[in-house]
Amino acid sequence: MSTTDTPATGFAVDRSALHHLADAQVNVELDTGDMILNLGPQHPATHGTLRIVVRLDGERVVTADPIIGYMHRGYEKLTEFRTYPQVTTLINRIDWLSSFANEVPFMDAAERLMSIEAPPRAKYIRTILTELSRIATFLLFLGEMAAQVGALTPVFYGFRDREYVLNLIEAATGGRFHPNFNRIGGLKDDLPWGWIAECRSTMKVVLNACDDFEDLVLGNEIFEARTRGIGIIPDHVGPSYGVSGSNLRASGVDWDLRRDGPPYLAYPDLDFKVWTHPDGDSYSRYWVRLQETREAARMVLQCLDGIPSGPVMAKVPRIIKVPEGEIWVETENPLGQMGYYVISKGGTGPFRVKIRSASFSNVSILPWLLRGVYVPDVITILASLYFILGDIDR
Amino acid sequence: MATIPTLALNIGWGTTLAIKTIVVLTVIPLGAIVLGYVFLMKMMSHMQSRLGPMDPGGFHGWYQLVGDGLKFLQKEDIMPAESDRRVFAAAPAVVVMSTFLVFLVIPMGPDLVVKNLDVGVFYALAVSSLSVIGVLMAGWASANKFALLGALRAAAQLIAYELPLLLAVVGVVIQAGTMSLQGIVLSQQRGSVFGWGGLGEPFVLTQFIGFALFLVASQAELTQTPFDMPVAESELVAGYMVEYTGFRFLFFFIGEFGTAFAFSAIAATLFLGGWAIPGVHGDLANILGPVVLFAKLMIVAFLMFWVRFTYPRLREDQLQALAWKFLIPLGLANILLTGIFKVAL
Repeated sequence: MSTTDTPATGFAVDRSALHHLADAQVNVELDTGDMILNLGPQHPATHGTLRIVVRLDGERVVTADPIIGYMHRGYEKLTEFRTYPQVTTLINRIDWLSSFANEVPFMDAAERLMSIEAPPRAKYIRTILTELSRIATFLLFLGEMAAQVGALTPVFYGFRDREYVLNLIEAATGGRFHPNFNRIGGLKDDLPWGWIAECRSTMKVVLNACDDFEDLVLGNEIFEARTRGIGIIPDHVGPSYGVSGSNLRASGVDWDLRRDGPPYLAYPDLDFKVWTHPDGDSYSRYWVRLQETREAARMVLQCLDGIPSGPVMAKVPRIIKVPEGEIWVETENPLGQMGYYVISKGGTGPFRVKIRSASFSNVSILPWLLRGVYVPDVITILASLYFILGDIDR
Repeated sequence: MATIPTLALNIGWGTTLAIKTIVVLTVIPLGAIVLGYVFLMKMMSHMQSRLGPMDPGGFHGWYQLVGDGLKFLQKEDIMPAESDRRVFAAAPAVVVMSTFLVFLVIPMGPDLVVKNLDVGVFYALAVSSLSVIGVLMAGWASANKFALLGALRAAAQLIAYELPLLLAVVGVVIQAGTMSLQGIVLSQQRGSVFGWGGLGEPFVLTQFIGFALFLVASQAELTQTPFDMPVAESELVAGYMVEYTGFRFLFFFIGEFGTAFAFSAIAATLFLGGWAIPGVHGDLANILGPVVLFAKLMIVAFLMFWVRFTYPRLREDQLQALAWKFLIPLGLANILLTGIFKVAL
């Protein structure tokens, strides 16, 4: 922090110059002085309560320090006082845009510790709902990023088409944002009657929406001028900061836990492409998420074609007690790699849960990434990294 | 056949002054409200696949803007503790004042003009840039870093785009041979298209480069979307307006849309023939003139707001580069071409 330590006036003093007082005076007169700008915690571009202390030289960023914790809700600690079924309610509020996807790794962890397996139909339905929440999250991103760059209109298209997907999730689970639909060993219910046909037609809407975004946003010269070459994460820097998910794939790193990780859900059965982009700039992050939205829609269609029949719930005891043990389960969530390290001491609730959330690591690259960019580009980069504050602070 | 009764009333200069003052004082806020309602509330909503306000007032929520205005009036007037109070209070007035001053020279009919200046265009563009001072005052006096950044961006942008705006107008002035707005309207009426004088000759046909330049530059002067870096709501929150509430904010709103109204009126006058409509002369033109001008300026405003709701915004350095490297050379080339044609033909 010593580099950002400044007196109350907000003007930086070069301490080494104090030894040469004459030089120091000249320096002070010529130095315009850095301005410290507080982006957040209440700022529209941080969509939440992220605070970034930016030191500016004119409009150019000298240093940027993200300060997190304004939204800390203590979920890791709270899980220690809940039973396993109750933890679901907490963890789907971590990344609130894709709540269903948050539940999946925890359920997987508990099921593996209990050595039970969800029936195939439940796995398929979980896959469908995970991909639907990915689509919902990315549709919001596709509009939101355009809004941060200054276009007013696409955000409404994003919200409009996301609504169809949320309606589907609501029809299946009863909750639009916090489905709380997973049970250890399966799901609460089977899909409602007619849902599959409805889902098929909605996927067409999503694919059309992706075409619209490609025309409207990616094809726009100003959008390209604002995002190309802005916030480049080279492929060797991203992994060292723990950047994951679409942000990493936009840097050309071909790594997707759905394909490369230990098999989970129905992903081994599905045929899908992992999209990468060589550039690593904001534009490629948008591009990769757009392609992944399409891919997710295709995966949902595949799942709908291949969904097996049968029960959606395995045989589990009435009171769930997880045997003693430790397990690490990670999945590819919309925002990136999400993992749970669950330690069980044999009780009805976990002894300790460590949550590895994607946004926390994705945001940790900001001081490196924001150095030397202009203030408007700060907003572009923040938008293109796409973090959820609940996912940072947990 | 009954003759149209003459409108040439004999009234004293005091009464004339009073009428003119009232007209100008009502036209600008009314224009701002109409533009705000038609474009900001309804057109933008429909472009974004939503309806916008529908309930207040019955027909498509026309009362919404009036309600919003009344809401602003009853808001608390907050002044930041660190602010320079007098400058802070004066800034919105300066911004709005420049809008009113622009409107003084815009002719609405053969005789309907507040003041027919010989250097009308020059005057209009000169006073329109007064608003920069108001913006800088607002940004400085707010004692807010976001406001200051916004104000400095606005100043840099408005100064940069003043030039293409002027260069775009110079082409029209060369072609018309006068700087008086009334004279420009009349010369468009007298002109002919390929020898056919039925429509007159709206300068948009010959000065289409100038028209495009004028639209782009006025978009920047109005700090509308491809050029709305000074008020970029996603980064500077609202730029120089960030500390303003209630009535003072309403002033900025009226300033923004009133200026859009005035600039559309100037564009309609310079390029689309102003109040003139083929086949209408004399007193009837005085009656129909304002309506025709309004219709034409709504077309121009539609173009401006269409772009506003469609495009993302340029970065500060990109918009400066656009002005200095592209628009100004284009404007100079346009003047050169116009000059050649004027001399040769």
